[in-house]
Amino acid sequence: MDLQETQRLLSEHLHSLADLFHRIPGSAILLRYVKSSYQNDPVRSAVELFLFLFAVRYLLAPKYSTKPGVVKLSEDEIDDLVDEWTPEPLVGRPSPLEEMEVEKRTVIVGPVGPKSKLANGRTVVNLGSYNFYNFNANESLKEKAIQTLRNYGVGPCGPRGFYGTQDVHMKTEADVAAYLGTDACIVYSQAFSTISSVIPAFSKRGDIIVADKGVSYAIRKGIQISRSIVRWYEHNDLEDLERVLAKVTKEQARKPLTRRFIITEGLFESYGDMVDLPKIIELKLKYKFRLILDETWSFGVLGRTGRGVTEHQNVDAAEVDMIVGSLAGPLIAGGGFCAGSEEIIHHQRISAAAYTFSAALPALLSTTASDTINILQNSPDLVSQLRDLTKAMWAQLDPRSDWVRCTSAPENPIMILVIKPEVVAAKRLTADDQQYLLQDVVDECLANGVLISRLKTLHDNFEPKQDIPPALKVCVTMGLTKKEIEKSGTTIRHAITKVLSRRK
Amino acid sequence: MPRRSSNSSTTDSSPSPTSLPTASGKGGIAFKAPSIKSNRLSQLFSTSPRSKSGFQTAQLPAVGSNTPPTSAPPISSASLSLPTISLSTATSENSNMDEPPTTLFQPPSPEEARRLAKQHAQFGPIGHPSHRYSSRHPGGPFPEPVMDEPPYYYLLTTYISYLILIAFGHVRDFFGKRFREENYRHLKARNGYGALNSDFDNFYVRRLKLRINDCFERPVTGVPGRYITLIDRATDDHNKHFHLTGTTTDTLNLSSYNYLGFAQSEGPCADLVEDTIKKYGISAVSTRSEVGTQDLHIEVEDLIARFVGKEASMVFSMGFGTNATIFPALVGKGDLIISDELNHASIRFGARLSGASIGMFKHNDMKDLEMRLREAISQGQPRTHRPWKKILVVVEGLYSMEGSMCNLPGLIALKRRYKFHLFVDEAHSIGAIGPQGRGVCDYFGVDTAEVDILMGTLTKSFGANGGYIAADKAMIDKLRATNSGVFYGETIAPAVLAQISTALRIINGELIPGQGEERLQRLAFNSRYLRLGLKRLGFIVYGHDDSPIIPLLLFNPAKMPAFSHEMLRRKISVVVVGYPATPLVSSRARFCVSAAHTKEDLDRVLTACDEIGNVLQLKFSTGIAGGAVPSDDMVPPPEKEIEWRRQQAAKITPPRWRLEDVIKRGTQDAKIPLC
Ligand SMILES: Cc1ncc(COP(=O)(O)O)c(C=O)c1O
Repeated sequence: MDLQETQRLLSEHLHSLADLFHRIPGSAILLRYVKSSYQNDPVRSAVELFLFLFAVRYLLAPKYSTKPGVVKLSEDEIDDLVDEWTPEPLVGRPSPLEEMEVEKRTVIVGPVGPKSKLANGRTVVNLGSYNFYNFNANESLKEKAIQTLRNYGVGPCGPRGFYGTQDVHMKTEADVAAYLGTDACIVYSQAFSTISSVIPAFSKRGDIIVADKGVSYAIRKGIQISRSIVRWYEHNDLEDLERVLAKVTKEQARKPLTRRFIITEGLFESYGDMVDLPKIIELKLKYKFRLILDETWSFGVLGRTGRGVTEHQNVDAAEVDMIVGSLAGPLIAGGGFCAGSEEIIHHQRISAAAYTFSAALPALLSTTASDTINILQNSPDLVSQLRDLTKAMWAQLDPRSDWVRCTSAPENPIMILVIKPEVVAAKRLTADDQQYLLQDVVDECLANGVLISRLKTLHDNFEPKQDIPPALKVCVTMGLTKKEIEKSGTTIRHAITKVLSRRK
Repeated sequence: MPRRSSNSSTTDSSPSPTSLPTASGKGGIAFKAPSIKSNRLSQLFSTSPRSKSGFQTAQLPAVGSNTPPTSAPPISSASLSLPTISLSTATSENSNMDEPPTTLFQPPSPEEARRLAKQHAQFGPIGHPSHRYSSRHPGGPFPEPVMDEPPYYYLLTTYISYLILIAFGHVRDFFGKRFREENYRHLKARNGYGALNSDFDNFYVRRLKLRINDCFERPVTGVPGRYITLIDRATDDHNKHFHLTGTTTDTLNLSSYNYLGFAQSEGPCADLVEDTIKKYGISAVSTRSEVGTQDLHIEVEDLIARFVGKEASMVFSMGFGTNATIFPALVGKGDLIISDELNHASIRFGARLSGASIGMFKHNDMKDLEMRLREAISQGQPRTHRPWKKILVVVEGLYSMEGSMCNLPGLIALKRRYKFHLFVDEAHSIGAIGPQGRGVCDYFGVDTAEVDILMGTLTKSFGANGGYIAADKAMIDKLRATNSGVFYGETIAPAVLAQISTALRIINGELIPGQGEERLQRLAFNSRYLRLGLKRLGFIVYGHDDSPIIPLLLFNPAKMPAFSHEMLRRKISVVVVGYPATPLVSSRARFCVSAAHTKEDLDRVLTACDEIGNVLQLKFSTGIAGGAVPSDDMVPPPEKEIEWRRQQAAKITPPRWRLEDVIKRGTQDAKIPLC
């Protein structure tokens, strides 16, 4: 009796369950599919079921549903809509500023050196290139590059993972790590792409990044693609950094612990000023953040032997979790690197997009990087000579000009010159106005035989927008004597005065 | 899988250190003295068509003496060892390379022989004038490659293998995390720091990839040409760390993207690169937009534009970076990118940065693409239903893991109807396909004006580095002012530009007329020859017939290391790839054919595959994808052929040709449709 009762109950429940199942939209299709495939092919169904389970467990890909709100349309209506649709052109018309950008491009004929020949046949003093040590004219470096060429050819014809790892790459990695004093190092084949891949290799959705508002474009791209939570602090304002860190720590106190990063630059690309590394290290330790330091502009420049900010400010490089830098600037090779602990480097070899999915650096650029690092390491007077020249140039510009101010650190061989705020206010200059004026200055300098450049910046689609003040960029090079540097400095100052005072 | 089973047929082929004085100690890159300027004339002989007659055969013994006897079954151990051409000794300081070229029948002096050996290790001389073919779409609709499938048994064992690997992995993790904590440091939150890597994301790397780590990142030295020199390494801790053993192994190179064989350390390319370094220095030391534009850049940009058939072009120092920066300059919010599901990571990277919406369509499936286009245009943007501002369809010319080409005619037809913009990434196809090597447009005979943007990399066919974008002049001018690669990316180095321009001018016949054509035609022949051979032996290979990328399907994960090791024992370098670069089931080995390979080289690959295929049970093709013994039935016209073949599938006996027959008939049959 009891048994019957349970049976009845059971079948009733089963029925209602089946009913429920049938009412789910799409259940019929599923049923039909399972049935038909089962009849034809039991193994297949089993395999598919397994696949499905596997997919759920392992490929948990985020699903974006764009389906709701679909309007049902007949084929004819769709055809009409297709006929009607007129897409915009792939790229729009250039703005006047963009036209200027292309029109005013300087073309150097022959080698880049302290004095370079331009397409119009004139030879000018080149204060636009990052050729600080004039390594580009170094015959023994050329000779060594040619030796590498004769042993390796040019391109490695494959990514590092697939037979693109040449012994020269391993040597360059070891050299950079030894130079900086870190455990390990990884070399990428383009400096600009390095940090944009390093950041998303570690910082994922849900992780937290606290970054300087003034960081370079490449860092912004890395942050953007990581999809992490970002908090910005005022440019180089470490009190603000502490405030943000404290706030983030408080907000996140009850949430599960995620990875947290501070991202900043050694010498800033857009301002030229320097970070206070000891203070940042103190904060990072206090709040338990990891530090990603972009030394693109300070590596090979700061410190007694060019090791960068860490050497300059007496910080152990191992205290910084990731140091990212460029081998392409003053080191005249190519590619970028990230230095850090074994774990950090190893992880990038598998998951940094620009490393795994791109061909390795040409061997001759890799050996050049090793060679220039070797030179820097063994001749500390190079760095001090560069500093003297920088000082000489600085003296011609910053203290003596009524119109511009240098925002760079005094040690930075790249001088970023912005129009003084009072001038901007008095003449009511918009950002575009300033760009045109500064281009006039560049042209005026060129007319007087000195090649400099504007600070080239690009607006991106990442919020919050960044407002980099328009600026001039003057790079010191050791290929020139102190006299020549001073003379060029005067030329630049006069050009600035001439152009800016003309403007009402 | 039995990894080291039945090696009876193979002798111990450990590296022969005796003949390989090596300079690869710990970081020890001992530079050899610069080789004295080699005689251009004699170098060009090896590839210039004029010398194809007597000279070539006369020289053959120089390399040929140790190439395998091609037609001598059973394959003896002799065939397993590669010619021990020692690249390091070949560059010896005192070899006088300025010697006058040897006359035809004079036996080469030892130096000359060594020089030739080195040269041939980078680029093999053509064995016979018939080893050429012109890659070109024969017309008619572009067929989908037939995807053969293995018997269920193999699929099942593949799943089970992964299941076992995963189960083992979890068990080891379980105990490891308790007893070997120090190994899991980076996976756990510690001292208030979040875990460096997520345990879950890292599982594949830790528990699956680690097992076969020795197949990846194998260090090499020298030129990645016809042969590649591996630096031997060993591990004491199960692939966690490797140390160099101090020896090297010369292997036949089927792994580098050296399609046209321009990876050479001598010859016109290297000579011009040398001159350029002397003249220009090593770097342009600036970005393009500041002061890093040199006459060389403009020259190369013009050359590329003319080569690909566009008004203008721009070059960048990295192919990945080219894609990463181009999309934000083209599209943004309110625009839609529809991308092939198998597109390269760099395209996804750039697309994500652009802020445009991203849709995907099934790999090479024009029906699916059309459906998605109709939906996108008729529905407009999500929620607001505003029409999309523009739609950009992004495909690759040749897919590097599949060996399939995009269906360009199909895309163009859709483009006419749906008015989208078309972006083709020719990373692998430029230089590698088409009768003139100009990529997919050339291959299909399509006017390049039909494609809005042609992107490509200079890393592959040209043996250089970097990437390019080619389009109308107005478009390029705008991009010069909006593309971040121009603003912030380091300028491509003069030496690399010299390599590109020489390679391009050889291909288009401006330099050394005939050599470019020979390279193109040898590549086309080699691709088809190897593909046909593998099909006939009974392997499942993917991709289109003219593709120089030939993936050979392995399925079971354990067969990846086994295949790689067995090939290495036979001194052949191959790439193996598995999940997550491919779908879970279809682990594969990938051959990249080069113009630098000779038919003998490919026969060696076929021989090796034949042996390994038997041992590892890799010959599971059913014959539907071709390779069967030609039946006497009438073959219908090409349009209907695929369908006909499907119908015939039941009748087709799986192809399991004998190696000798494959080699005997390959040369003729590679030039007819590969069925
Ligand atoms: C389709 C595609 N695009 C872009 C790239 C990146 O090119 P590069 O290796 O020059 O960075 C690759 C390289 O593997 C590729 O296959």
